[in-house]
Amino acid sequence: MTTFKPRWRQIGAALLAVMLLFANQTVWAKPAQMHIMEGFLPLGWAIFWWAVAIPFWVIGFIQIRKILKEKPEQRLMLGMAGGFIFILSALKIPSVTGSSSHPTGTGLGVMLFGPFVVTILGTIALIFQALLLAHGGISTLGANSVSMAIGGPLIAYYLVWLPLKGRVPAWANAFLTAFVADLMTYVITSTQLALAFPNPQTGVLGSWLTFAGIFAVTQLPLAIAEGILIVLIFNFLQNNAETELRELGLESI
Amino acid sequence: MTTDTPNPQKFSKKIYIIGTVLILILVAMPLLTIRNADFGGTDDLASETIETLAPDYNYKWITNWWAPESETESALFALQATAGGLLIGYAAGYWKGRKNRAD
Repeated sequence: MTTFKPRWRQIGAALLAVMLLFANQTVWAKPAQMHIMEGFLPLGWAIFWWAVAIPFWVIGFIQIRKILKEKPEQRLMLGMAGGFIFILSALKIPSVTGSSSHPTGTGLGVMLFGPFVVTILGTIALIFQALLLAHGGISTLGANSVSMAIGGPLIAYYLVWLPLKGRVPAWANAFLTAFVADLMTYVITSTQLALAFPNPQTGVLGSWLTFAGIFAVTQLPLAIAEGILIVLIFNFLQNNAETELRELGLESI
Repeated sequence: MTTDTPNPQKFSKKIYIIGTVLILILVAMPLLTIRNADFGGTDDLASETIETLAPDYNYKWITNWWAPESETESALFALQATAGGLLIGYAAGYWKGRKNRAD
């Protein structure tokens, strides 16, 4: 039991460092508004993105119910993946250009359960923020779900996690998956805004470059930080939750 | 207790510490280098851009049913983070305890 002590001291020191860092700054002072705000999509586009999102919500809902029924011991893992999205999407973190944005945290759930389950977990966080924090909105919930909870996870899962699984070390795959899921969220957000508000001269593409320039660039360092965090957490799981990972088919990657 | 793990991929403590430091640096760097910058949130930029692209667009066609004051807002953001942290901590502690008992 004495082996606990040095580790707790390290964890304590790390926590203290984080607290000191945050205590000094005004990171909490203003709301993070990386999602499209209420009213900032015309009605037609708002309805369109809701319609795109609904089938994914249905599939995700069915999958979560199946997991809870057939593998009830995965409840903790679901809570872990959901909690990760909750905590990370609440953290407004300054980014290099003098503005700030926040990470999405969807990568972990994508690796553990696939993109459809994350669809539900991410949308829960979005609803909480839209209803209680005036962050995002109900009219834009469809669009914000498509970017953070659906599109980012889908792309990360099918273009990164699955193709690389077993071919590169797990930590490298975890990093890339989280990185891509985070970054794609803001690429999709830029696309949604560009489609709704094309530049009168340069069209959708010109508009897209403007929005992507705003979002994606501030998001880059955060996506890297999020990638590193997920690598550490996934390694923790590999060492402490082997049973659960084996059940999810992730024991030997 | 930490060395005789069957998992060859286990990171050493050093890697955990290096990773944590890297994350802190990535997050803290702008705070330290861009003094007095207004970390306004990229949405502010985005909404300004929308106003330039479509000056006639009325974004007030629907508004949030409730917008908390900044104090309440901070509390709710903290609440959200706490909820997430609780879930993660509970699960991590559960697995850690189980593993320690098995060892």
